[in-house]
Amino acid sequence: MTRAPGAARRARLLLLPPYLWLLVFFCLPCLIAFKISLAEQLIAQPPYGPLIDFGDAGRMQIRATLEHYRFLLADDLYWRALLGSVRIAGVSALLCLLLGYPMAYAITRAPRVWRLPLLMAVVLPFWTSFLLRVYAWMGLLGRDGLVNQLLQWSGLSDTPLVLLRTEAAVYLGIVYAYLPFMVLPLYANLEKHDRSLLAAAADLGATPLRAFLTVTLPLSLPGISAGLALVFIPALGEFVIPDLLGGPDTLMLGKVLWDEFFGNRAWPLAAAVATAMLLLVAAAVAVRACVERMLRPS
Amino acid sequence: MSSARRFQRAALLLGLSFLYLPIVSLVFYSFNASKLVSVWGGFSTRWYGELLHDRAILEAAWLSLRIAAVNATCAVVLGTAAALGLARTPWLGGRALLRGLVGAPLVMPEVIMGLSTLLLFVALESAIGWPAGRGLLTITLAHITFSMAFVTLVVQSRLAGQDHALEDAAMDLGASPLVAFLTVTLPLLAPAVIAGWLLAFTLSLDDLVIASFVSGPGATTLPMLIYSRVRLGLSPEVNALAAVVIGLAMSVIGLAGWLLSRSPGQERGRD
Repeated sequence: MTRAPGAARRARLLLLPPYLWLLVFFCLPCLIAFKISLAEQLIAQPPYGPLIDFGDAGRMQIRATLEHYRFLLADDLYWRALLGSVRIAGVSALLCLLLGYPMAYAITRAPRVWRLPLLMAVVLPFWTSFLLRVYAWMGLLGRDGLVNQLLQWSGLSDTPLVLLRTEAAVYLGIVYAYLPFMVLPLYANLEKHDRSLLAAAADLGATPLRAFLTVTLPLSLPGISAGLALVFIPALGEFVIPDLLGGPDTLMLGKVLWDEFFGNRAWPLAAAVATAMLLLVAAAVAVRACVERMLRPS
Repeated sequence: MSSARRFQRAALLLGLSFLYLPIVSLVFYSFNASKLVSVWGGFSTRWYGELLHDRAILEAAWLSLRIAAVNATCAVVLGTAAALGLARTPWLGGRALLRGLVGAPLVMPEVIMGLSTLLLFVALESAIGWPAGRGLLTITLAHITFSMAFVTLVVQSRLAGQDHALEDAAMDLGASPLVAFLTVTLPLLAPAVIAGWLLAFTLSLDDLVIASFVSGPGATTLPMLIYSRVRLGLSPEVNALAAVVIGLAMSVIGLAGWLLSRSPGQERGRD
């Protein structure tokens, strides 16, 4: 089909506004944040100095400093926050997989009319306020919350346990908030599997478990990798969950950045943390792209 | 085989109760007469009454609704333009670049988006005096950036099942590009555009992190207010508010799902 020559020009005109918008409100801010991560911390409004300064004699001085990055590398708080982010996001992604895989599998095996409603049921909570759903867990996990009441009623524990403000509560919160991101790609993958492969495996004498391990599981690797990435990458930068459910020793980069910015008014240091975090996310996205390329059937 | 099936059923049931238990408990305890949220003190609608008389909450809700509506409208225009342009431009380099650019806000941690957008506004204000101060305008601008990315995604998935033949036919018959767009392309895209609007609206209404960074004194959005109240503990009024918000969100998303599932284009695209 040939298109009129005007169509290409119109397409370019269409692209111009969103392009400009993203340049001004997305790319430019990232560059400015990087610039400010090199600026000096001042007690002023705004609390950072200029990179280029014209002193009394009108001589140009460059005042960029790597001080904040040096500080990040030297203080083990930031290393622990980095490791904390990776560990908490990683373990939560695996827990999501353990819970989400059987769910996605069960939905593909449900009667056809049930599949879409079940999928909708998994996705629906995602569209209700994230903050309020995390808040709900504060109520459930509290000293006299539902979980502790159940534990005491069933005799599993005599005294209320400290559940809230622990790292375990953060895992729970992340698994809860990001479970739909795991179930959706797994469902999309599992739904396409050819059932006759399983029948063939059974005919050849494989037990259902063995057929699952040698047929279904390898075929679902692209879905597993997509699900893990969709949970792991946003969880890396999570702030609300560690802040509301985590304890004082739950360190994650997102929370550290927030505290540096709002608590200490250390804008340049917060910008340096943001740059480090961005590198971490970029690395995760790159790994994900590599894995995807490896899994693509050649 | 049946034990495997039973295991699947159990996992699905467990997973769904895990997803819905907190939501149900929020709504349940919103009818608690007691001031202690998690200790049942009898049925009451007291907190809904207090909610209606809480000026701070009502003002924050009104501010959030205005931001969400303006944000959704702008995001839909920009996002739809991006999706249409991406689908039609023959310029491959530009397409790859813009696809990356549009996708980036989707993976960018909110704290980074918030901080860097704030730093932009501070730099702009000292350089050109705009935007003067921070509040409604800056929050809306920041929200449009990420909402637009989601709208593009929704419209793109709808465009994938469509070809340009109808629009071309309209232009062959003498319609101007604008008339062809308004009478052919837009009605076909309408369900995705409406769903995108609702999505952008919900995302904006729900955002705490970015708004906290780019807001100024005097502009407190609903999530910022909720956050400041629940940081140190439970609040029965927040439970009542949660029940209202959840009810509204569920009906809006239910409506969007219904609109999208009714769309003729999707049935055609599916084989």
